[in-house]
Amino acid sequence: MSAIITISHLTKTYKRDKQEITVLKDVSLDIAQGDFVALMGPSGSGKTTLLNIIAGIDRPTNGEVMIDGTNIGVLSETELAKWRSRHIGFIFQFYNLIPVLTAFENVELPLMLTPLSKSERRRQVELALSVVGLADRMDHYPKQLSGGQEQRVAIARAIASDPDIFVADEPTGDLDRVSAEEILTLLERLNKEFGKTIVMVTHDPQAAHRANIVHHLEKGDLIPQVPS
Amino acid sequence: MSMTKLIIKNSFRHTLRVLLTIVGISVAVIAFGMLRTVVTAWNAGVAASSPNRLVVRQAVSFIFPLPYAYKEKIAGIPGVTSVSWLNWFGGTYIDKDQFFARQACDPETIFTLYPEFRLTSSEISAFRSERNACIVGIETAKRYGLKVGDIMNMEGDIYPGSWQFTVRGIYTPRSKTDDATQMFFHWEYLNERMKQDDASRADQVGYYVVKIDDASKSAVISQKIDELFKNSPAETKTETEGQFQQGFVSSSGAIIGAINIMSYLIIGIILLVLCNTMIMTSRERTREYAVLKSLGFTGGHLFAFIAGEALTISLLGAGIGIALLIPIVQGFESLLPRGWFPVFIIESSTYVLAGSSALIVGIIAAIIPLYRALTMRIVDGLRFTG
Repeated sequence: MSAIITISHLTKTYKRDKQEITVLKDVSLDIAQGDFVALMGPSGSGKTTLLNIIAGIDRPTNGEVMIDGTNIGVLSETELAKWRSRHIGFIFQFYNLIPVLTAFENVELPLMLTPLSKSERRRQVELALSVVGLADRMDHYPKQLSGGQEQRVAIARAIASDPDIFVADEPTGDLDRVSAEEILTLLERLNKEFGKTIVMVTHDPQAAHRANIVHHLEKGDLIPQVPS
Repeated sequence: MSMTKLIIKNSFRHTLRVLLTIVGISVAVIAFGMLRTVVTAWNAGVAASSPNRLVVRQAVSFIFPLPYAYKEKIAGIPGVTSVSWLNWFGGTYIDKDQFFARQACDPETIFTLYPEFRLTSSEISAFRSERNACIVGIETAKRYGLKVGDIMNMEGDIYPGSWQFTVRGIYTPRSKTDDATQMFFHWEYLNERMKQDDASRADQVGYYVVKIDDASKSAVISQKIDELFKNSPAETKTETEGQFQQGFVSSSGAIIGAINIMSYLIIGIILLVLCNTMIMTSRERTREYAVLKSLGFTGGHLFAFIAGEALTISLLGAGIGIALLIPIVQGFESLLPRGWFPVFIIESSTYVLAGSSALIVGIIAAIIPLYRALTMRIVDGLRFTG
């Protein structure tokens, strides 16, 4: 299958005081459309940085990141913001829902950036919430939901605008085992049933087991592994 | 969900804090409006003065009179179209707490010189034809329930003795800033009594009011009038009505200046209160702004969210403050001694200043949070833990 994400000779360095820290060293990676990729590695290995660069919320110091034919490194901030809204679905470890908005309104948030009508938005939000099994909780506020339910709302928010790629940063890191399994099953469904490309950062080997490709990072170097 | 709904929901996220901020802004707007109204009341005489009216008074002090004989000489100066004269009467009506301006005037010329005091022609002719007739402003008439034909008894102080006047007309002011509390009666009535009681005070005028044909010549005509009486026992000082009124106000200039400064300091206080709230709010929401940016919301959206929130709070506070200002000013006026300020109204410029200040304050208060949100890297924002 053709690569939807092509990373070539990617380097990322940060400056802390006068010291320069290299987080990613000459990383090259292809991710095919429909892949479910797990990025693993110890803390400080650069996996979240790599995920952030793929998602277009951080920029490489050197190298090129081509996503579905677009070199995202050359886009302006505004172009990048628009690009993210169309192509990337975010799933964060701590859900990052807006507390004053209901589940429905949280899911509707990215759709405010689309030209969809109110009724089309409503349909889309209801569909997204039914996919994650929370159609009956759409009027609930985040504080009225469990952690697992909050993460499912966050996934509904990510899928509402129908992006091509989902980036998930430790999506089960703040959940109990049962909720974590539900979330991973959901991600698996998105990948298998809807053909979405998923790039997930995780520490959890059981979560990584759900992916079809696992990449390990060590001190900024990529060590590819292909499981069964 | 619309952007507006999101802004309103965000604005009231911390209900108590926002309510306290709104109350703070409302109180500040009320204080600002009150102070502006006091300054306006103080300057009402200056504001209502006409540029083509001159006031001629004794050069040493306003309390010293001028000879009545000056009238013809002043009238003969080129550019002077009409001359009238008045004497401050003072006196007590009912009791010493009942204050309103009472003046003896020339009934033939007074209302030609002061067209802002509106009377019917029948009221004017009734006033002119009766020696002890008087005219009162509508506010004074309302205050004492006076109507045409009523008798007003007064006890004189500057001009001692008992005085009796018959109301023959009630004037209405042309605009809200014109004094509607004054009382006028015949100068001749006063002069006759002086001739009987104290001849040394007869044929004397408190001050002349001179109408000129061209306001731009006021300085030249004033100079000519003063030159006319130079080296006489009663030298004159002629100035425009505005300058004359300003002379009274300027004696309290430092106080008015301080009140003016205070009113603008209050705007500064509103700004600080709102800035504090907005900075706290935006700091707490650092991660949310990062999430919004990651979802594709641009700088323009963040501007709308943050400025919208600041404006919602500032305009709500200003709106409540302005709505409460009207009854509070009325209440304050009722606490003042009657007639203390003949004109005590909230000028439309006060509403405009309060509203526009709230608008500007809302925008300024959004600048720091907006700058932070726009310059924040998404990855840093997502890591923010407060």
